[in-house]
This record gives sequence, C-alpha cells and structure tokens, in this order.
Amino acid sequence: MIGFWTLFYKELLRFWKVGFQTVGAPVLTALLYLLIFGHVLDEHVQVHGVRYTSFLIPGLVMMQVLQNAFANSSSSLIQAKITGSIVFVLLPPIPYGAFFAAYVLASVARGLMVGVGVLVATLWFADLQMAAPLWVLVFAVLGGAILGTLGMIAGLWSEKFDQLAAFQNFLIMPLTMLSGVFYSIHSLPAFWQRVSHYNPVFYMIDGFRYGFFGVSDVAPEVSLMVVVACFAAVSLLTLSLLKRGWKLRA
Amino acid sequence: MIAAVSIVDVVKHFGSLQALAGVSLEIAEGEFFGLLGPNGAGKTTLISTLAGLVRADSGWLSVLGHDVVKDYRQARSLLGVVPQEIVFDPFFSVRETLRIQSGYFGLRHNDDWIDEILENLDLAGKADVNMRRLSGGMKRRVLVAQALVHKPPVIVLDEPTAGVDVELRQGLWQFVRRLNNEGHTIILTTHYLEEAEALCGRIALMKQGRIIALDSTANLMAAHPGGTLEDVFVRTMNQ
Repeated sequence: MIGFWTLFYKELLRFWKVGFQTVGAPVLTALLYLLIFGHVLDEHVQVHGVRYTSFLIPGLVMMQVLQNAFANSSSSLIQAKITGSIVFVLLPPIPYGAFFAAYVLASVARGLMVGVGVLVATLWFADLQMAAPLWVLVFAVLGGAILGTLGMIAGLWSEKFDQLAAFQNFLIMPLTMLSGVFYSIHSLPAFWQRVSHYNPVFYMIDGFRYGFFGVSDVAPEVSLMVVVACFAAVSLLTLSLLKRGWKLRA
Repeated sequence: MIAAVSIVDVVKHFGSLQALAGVSLEIAEGEFFGLLGPNGAGKTTLISTLAGLVRADSGWLSVLGHDVVKDYRQARSLLGVVPQEIVFDPFFSVRETLRIQSGYFGLRHNDDWIDEILENLDLAGKADVNMRRLSGGMKRRVLVAQALVHKPPVIVLDEPTAGVDVELRQGLWQFVRRLNNEGHTIILTTHYLEEAEALCGRIALMKQGRIIALDSTANLMAAHPGGTLEDVFVRTMNQ
C-alpha cells in the first residue's frame, strides 16, 4: 500500500507544483467561455426553466473536470515515457492494480480541484443551487475516473507528443464539447439527438447537471448506469494493458 | 546456497534482431561481478530482463531464488538498478526524488539512510536542489542513490561512471566497495576496463547476445600473461 500512496502523492505533487498551469489556466478558460456565451445568450435563452448562464455553469465545471482528469494521467505518462523517467515506477515492486489506482485517483483529484475552482469563480455570475449534491459528486468522481483512465490509455499508447495531441484533439475534445455542455440535446434535430445518446460524456454532463437543477435530458439513474458501465469497461481494458506491460515493458 | 542471480538459457529478440541468444549465468551472493562487452553485445538487455523492464522470449531468471516474472514483487524488492541513461523527474528536488523512490519500495521514514547515501555520494549539499539544476555527473549520482534507497542485496550498475569526473568516480567506487564488503552483490557493466579489472572478482564477456568468456578476473588475466584486461578483451572479442 505504501507504493500506491507514494505514487498517488507523487502524481498530486507533480501537478500541484505547476498549479498555475494545471489548475489556474483551466479555471480562466472556463471563465472566458462563461463571459462570452453568457453575455451573448443569457437574455435570450432559457433551458430547463433556468437562465442560460445558470444552465451553462455546471456544464463548464464538468467539462473542465473531464478534460483535466484526462490531461493529468496522459501528460504524466507520456512525459515519463519520453524522458525515460518511467523506469523509476517500473523497477519497484508496484502491482499493476496499484499503478492504475494511483494514476486514476490523482487524475480525479486534479479534475475535482479544477471543477471546484471553476464553480467558485463562476458563482459571481449566477445564483446556483444544488438540488441533489450527491449526484453532483458521484458524476464528477466517475466522470473524472473515466477520463483519467482514458488518459492512461492515451499515455500508454502514445510514443510522441503529437500522437497524444491527436487523441486529445480528435477524440476527447469533440466528445466533451458535443456532449451538451453548451446546450440541451432537446434543442438539437432528432438525428443529432440520437447521435448524442451514443456519446458517454453526454450522460456524465447530464447527470451532473441533474444534481444542480433536479431536471435532466435523461433520467439520472440511466446516466449513472451508462457511466458505471463505461468506467468498468475502460478500467478492465487498462488493467489488462498494464498487466501485459503494453508499451511499457519491451 | 541460493545464487544472488540465476539466468538460465535466456533468449530475447527485438523483431529480427537477436539480442540475447541463450544466455546462462549464475552469480553468487557477495560477488563483485563484471559484465563486459562492446556496444550492442546484449549487456543492457540482459540487465533489463533481470529487472523486469524487458520480457524474455524464453528462459528463466531469478534474484535470490525469486522468479523475476512469477514472483516479480519479491525479485524487484531485492534488486537495485542504476540505469545507463541519465533520466530524472524534473518536478522534484534530490531529497524528494529519494523519498518518493523509497516509498515505491514500501519504505517510509527513510531519511537516515537517505542522508547517509547523500553524504557518501557527495550530494548532501544538493539535497534540496531541483534535479534540473544538477550537472550530468550529479544526476548520475542521484541515479545511484535511487537504486540504493531500499538497501537492495543485489545492485546492478549499468555504466555508472560514464560522464563522471575522476574524483567523484573514486568516491563512488569507495562507497560501492563498502556495500560489497557488507555483503551486497554488485553487478557492473562498464567500458572503463581498468575499473572492472580493479573491482571485479569475476567477469563475463559478451558478444552478439552470447557469453563468450566467463571466469575469475585473475584467470582471465593469466591466460594473457603481462597484459591488461583491455588486451584480454580485445583478443577475446577478435577470436
């Protein structure tokens, strides 16, 4: 267990030492989104019976939780692989399950830290209540864990920074941006509504938003089942890759 | 008596390249063992296989009787490896690096030993300096320190003195000799043959993934009277 706690602590320390970049910058990005979209749309749009700015904030919070959870594990692994410092965690007797848990939990921690930062910074712009705080926490943790796990897969698979950037820009960004962060899927044409239901990130955002407003596009129980199933699937895949030493041990 | 390291018929290919062609070797506890050969001979692959960084296609390796695949946790906890390349984590200071490395091996509150290592490797004054700000020689000494944080009974040094100045090299060997006298098994690869001649009790010469000579340093030297280990090396490699 000490090996696990140490690796977890090291991963926390790694992003905390560059907190301006890993926590501060995403909070600022979310604020800019809010200022631009909120300013343009707040007077004209209501979603689920709430003003657009209020609707947007939970989406932005969750988007940053997810993107930063992904960034944490993926950047840590790719940097360690490219610089060669990955040997420091491959030589000790750390079981692959502990390796997995440490990276994923650290990713969740960074995601939650950024999420709280965005929430606090945006509270000035809207009167936001949490109708069901437990749903907020559950979806934030599970969503962060899924993206942290996907970050591990991306970090293991990538051999160069541009491969990781491709994974991030062509898969993670579209999945998060087209998941209902900025809109309710009921405002989409029928075809795109159906397509959105195949995007697992949609369920993370929708369930998270339910925790604030008590209303959502799909029932939160359904979203929870989809999210738990996704986490189980990506976790099993990642654990099997780590057990084989895929792209880590020649 | 259990061997410190046992390697039986280990084969490893990288694509079409045969890096290890059936290597067998046994190293007794407490030995100071030299693994020599030209670049590409398979020394680092063999060490990496022992450390679990590379997986053998076939064959069997153990550290103090523990299979490096089936019983990898025990085997790795008994082994300390100084990698050949200078690698470091740029986020941390020297002390943080060593504390973290101790934790990976299940050790908390290891500062007394960390201080002793830092002292012996002439790094005490750099304990709180970020790794990025160290010279190449100092970074290499931190690598040595990282391999020693858990007091492993078997220590593998893969070219530990490349790029290290003479004075620091002598300090390093003094410390490693002390560890050997205290019972640690040392496995050394180096291109400084005079160091191997002075330090190693037994030497294996590798070429193209095979061990082509294996004997005590004295016997290897006796086969070429009046020569240095470098002469032995050159003649053996050209045979």
